[in-house]
Amino acid sequence: MHGIEFEITPASGKTRRQPLPEYIEGYGEVRAFEGAFANVGVGISDHRPRRSKSVRPGQTKLLASIEEALDRAKVQDGMTLSFHHHLRNGDHVLNLVMEAVALRGVRDLTLAVSSIFPVHEPLVALMDAGVVTGLATNYMSGPVAKAVSQGRLKKPAVMMTHGGRPRAIECGDLPVDIAFIAAPCSDPYGNCNGVSGKSACGALGYAVADAQYADVVVVVTDHLAAYPASPAEITQTMVDYVVEVPSIGDPQGIVSGTTRITRDPVGLAIAHKAAQVIQASGLLEDGFSFQTGAGGTSLAVAAELKNMMKEAGIVGSFAAGGITGYLVDMLEEGLFRNLLDVQCFDLRAVESYRDNPRHLPMDASMYANPFSKGAVVNQLDVMILGATEIDLDFNVNVTTGSDGTIMGGSGGHSDTAAGAKLAMVVTQLVKARLPIVRRHVTTITTPGETVDVLVTDHGIAVNPARQDLIASLEASGLEVVSIEALLALAESMTGIPDEITFSDDIVAVVEYRDGTVVDVVRRTK
Amino acid sequence: MLFVPGNNPGMIQSASVLGADCVILDLEDAVSLSEKDSARKLVTKALRSWSFKSTEVTVRINPITTVYGPLDLEAMLEVQPDILLIPKAEVASIQAVESRISAFEAARGGEAVRTKLFALIESAAGVEYVHEILESSPRLEGVLFGGEDYTSDMGVARTMGGMEIEYARNKVAVACKVHGVDAVDTPFTDVDNHEGLLADARKAKAMGFTGKAAINPRQVGIIHKGFAPDPVEVRYALRVLEAMEEAEAEGKGVFSLDGKMVDAPIIQRARQMVALAEKLGMVKASNVSREGGLV
Amino acid sequence: MRVTRTAKAGTLESNDIFIMVSPSEAEVVNLELQSIVLAQFGRQIRETILKTVAARGVTQVSIMAQDRGALDYTIEARVETALDRALAEPGVIL
Repeated sequence: MHGIEFEITPASGKTRRQPLPEYIEGYGEVRAFEGAFANVGVGISDHRPRRSKSVRPGQTKLLASIEEALDRAKVQDGMTLSFHHHLRNGDHVLNLVMEAVALRGVRDLTLAVSSIFPVHEPLVALMDAGVVTGLATNYMSGPVAKAVSQGRLKKPAVMMTHGGRPRAIECGDLPVDIAFIAAPCSDPYGNCNGVSGKSACGALGYAVADAQYADVVVVVTDHLAAYPASPAEITQTMVDYVVEVPSIGDPQGIVSGTTRITRDPVGLAIAHKAAQVIQASGLLEDGFSFQTGAGGTSLAVAAELKNMMKEAGIVGSFAAGGITGYLVDMLEEGLFRNLLDVQCFDLRAVESYRDNPRHLPMDASMYANPFSKGAVVNQLDVMILGATEIDLDFNVNVTTGSDGTIMGGSGGHSDTAAGAKLAMVVTQLVKARLPIVRRHVTTITTPGETVDVLVTDHGIAVNPARQDLIASLEASGLEVVSIEALLALAESMTGIPDEITFSDDIVAVVEYRDGTVVDVVRRTK
Repeated sequence: MLFVPGNNPGMIQSASVLGADCVILDLEDAVSLSEKDSARKLVTKALRSWSFKSTEVTVRINPITTVYGPLDLEAMLEVQPDILLIPKAEVASIQAVESRISAFEAARGGEAVRTKLFALIESAAGVEYVHEILESSPRLEGVLFGGEDYTSDMGVARTMGGMEIEYARNKVAVACKVHGVDAVDTPFTDVDNHEGLLADARKAKAMGFTGKAAINPRQVGIIHKGFAPDPVEVRYALRVLEAMEEAEAEGKGVFSLDGKMVDAPIIQRARQMVALAEKLGMVKASNVSREGGLV
Repeated sequence: MRVTRTAKAGTLESNDIFIMVSPSEAEVVNLELQSIVLAQFGRQIRETILKTVAARGVTQVSIMAQDRGALDYTIEARVETALDRALAEPGVIL
C-alpha cells in the first residue's frame, strides 16, 4: 500500500518513523496532518444541525429505567453512544447502560467516551462479542486500553483530543445518536449539574457538546432534585429523558481526596528548574495565565510559581484546566483572579466550583476547540505538560508506552501545547532505564512545532524555532543544551533500547485537534 | 555534603541532580551488616561507570578497625573517588589509612592516588586530639563533625539547642582554620523542621564552618541559604575586586576603598565571597578564582 | 566452575535487580529473566548477566533475575555479589 510521506517539522527536514497509509479499514480516508495551524482559523466551519423536538406541556421526561430510555431512544445496531468521564474511575453509568444494551442483542456500536478508565473493564467482553466495534476517546487506561492494543476492537479506536472531540461532535465528524449524561443532580425535566448529590463531581465540561448535538440525550442521575434544579450546567432544552438509578458512581473513585505535591527530591529539583524557566521567559507578570496537569511534579511547579508570585506581588488573570485543590488555594489567596474549570480532580475543587463565583465553568469546546471563535487555550501563557517520550523534533508521545501499548492519550495535551505561549514538557530524563528522549517517538501525539521547552533533571532543551526563548534563558544564567545532547546523555546511561516490532494491523488512529491524522498505533507482535 | 545510602542504585543515580556540592556514598551506617559486600560492590561499579558530573563524590567506608573497613579501602583504591570519609577518626585510624594508601602508591611505582581524606570526628578523643589527627595525614582536606555519635560517646543527651556540642563545634572549626582545611558541621536530624535547620546552618557559618552535612535532599537548598553571604557584603566584595583590577591596571601595588587600605586578607575574603555568591547565583560568573564553602 | 549453594543479591526496588543464584543440574548457565523493560532491554540485560557470569568463571548455575530497570553497572554488581556469596565458604565475611 502506498503511503503518504510528509514532514512534521518542515524546518528541520526530519521525517517521521513510518509513513501514514492513505486509507484505513474501519476508519476511512486518512487526511494527514499538515501543521498545527494549517486548518485552524482558515474559514467558516459548519455545524451539524442540532436536532430538537417538541415536548408538550404535561409530557414527562422521567422514565422508570435505563431499559425504557433505550426503548424510547430506539437504540439499534450501528449507533454511536456517548458518555463523559467526570466520574473518572468511579463511574457506574457506562457499564450500567452497556449491560442493558448488550442484553437487547444490539451490536456493532461505537462508543464516544471522553476518557476510559480501569472501571470500564466490562467493555472488553463487549468488544470481544462484537457489541462494541468502535471507540472514540481522548484517553484510555486499564484493561480496555490493553485490549485495544491487542487488536480486540474490530475497528481502529479513534484517539482524539479534549478540543478535537467537541469539534468532531459539533461539525458532524462524530455524529452522536444517543448521549448518556451521568449527572450527580438533575430535576425531572433535565436541568442538571455536578455540584450536588452524593456523587458530586463538580464541572460537567466534557458533557456539554454531547448534550447540544446528540440526537437523543438521556440524563442518568442518582439525586433527583425538585424542578427547577440549580445551577443548570446542562439545561432542560437539550434533554430528552431523565432516569434515576440508585448510584451513578463511587465517590472514592470520582475524586481523589486531595492531590499532593510530589515529595520525590528529583521531581522537586525538576520543578524548581521549570519555575526558573518560566521566570526567565518574562511571562511571569500581572495578568499571567497558567495551566498544569494533576501529577505530583506538575503541582510542585505550581507551588514554586505560587512563591514567586507572592514574593513579586503578581496577580494572575486565570488558571485553567482540570482543577485541583492547590489551584483553589491560589485563587483564594488572590494569586489568580479566576479559575476556568473543565473538570474537578478533587473534593476541594468541587466545593470551590460550587461556592466561589470566581471559579468559572468552561465546557470542552470553549476550553480547547480549534474550530471555535477562540478557545481558552489561546489565552494561556504557560502550560506544564508531561511526556512518555519526546523526540529530536520535540514531538511528544503521551498515547503509548515505549513498549508500544496504549496507556493514555492526548487529553488536553495537543490543545494546550498549540495554544500556550510557552508549552513546557517537564520530566525526568530517564525513568527506570527508559530514556524519555528518543530519536523518534513511538507514537506522535503532539507535534513538535507546538512544544517549546523540555525541562529535565539533567538539563533544559529549547525548540530551535524559539531562538527568542533561548536568548531569554541564557540571559538569566540558565544553561540550555541541545536535545541531541540530552538524547546522547540518556543513551549513555541506559544503552540504546531495542526497537519494538509491530504488526501491520492498525489498532488506533491518532487524530490531531483539527481531525487530521497525526499518527497510527499498530498492534505489537 | 549529602549522605546517600550506598546500597541503593536509584539514589546513587539521582545524587548528582540534587544540588549538593558533594555526595557521600555511605557504606557504613546506611548499610546493614549482611549487605556490606553488596554495597561495596555497587559503589565500586558506580564509581567506574556512572558520571556524577560536577558533583564531588565521597565514600564513607566502614571503620578501619572492623572487618569491613579494610575491604572497603582496597576496593576504593581501585576506583579512587574524590574523597574518603573515615569514620570514628582518631590518630591511629587515620594513620592506618594513610599508610595503606602510601603502600598502594609505592606498589604502583609511585603513581599518586588522587583520593583525599576527610576525618569524621565523632568521639570525645576525636575532638580533643583534632590537631594531632589533622597532622597525621597530608591527604586530609577536611573534617566532618558528627554530633550524634559524639554525644553518645560523651554519655550526654543530644538537644535541639545544641549546648552540649558547642565546645566540640568551636574546637573543630578553629582547628580546621589553623590547618587550612574544610570544616563541615554535623547533620540536623529533624528533617521536617526547616526553620530549625536554617538557624542551625547560620549558626554553623557564624562559628566558622565552611559547610554542613545533609541527610535528606530537601535540606540541601536550606543549608545553601544558611551559608549564603549577606548581599551587602557581596556588593562590597565586588567593589573590592573592581578596585583591585583598576589599581593593577594603573600599576599601583596597594590601594584603598572608602578611605580604608585594602590588603591581602581583605582581597582573599572578597574572592571567596564572590566565588560563593556566583555559585549561589547571586552574581553572574566572572573570572574570579573559585574557593568557597560547600554542602 | 559450578555453584553449589543458593544465594541472592539486590532488591525489587525501582532501578535495581533482584538476583537469585542456585545450583543447576545440567552443565549450563540457566537464566530466567523478568523485567519491566523486557521488550526494550531484555536482550541487553541477558547479555550483561551472562557476560558477568562467564567472567567469574562460572559454567553451571541457575539464575532467576527480576529486573526493575537496573542499569548495566547495577546488574553486574548484583550478579557478582550473588555469585561471590554462593561460592564463598560458609562463615566467611565478604
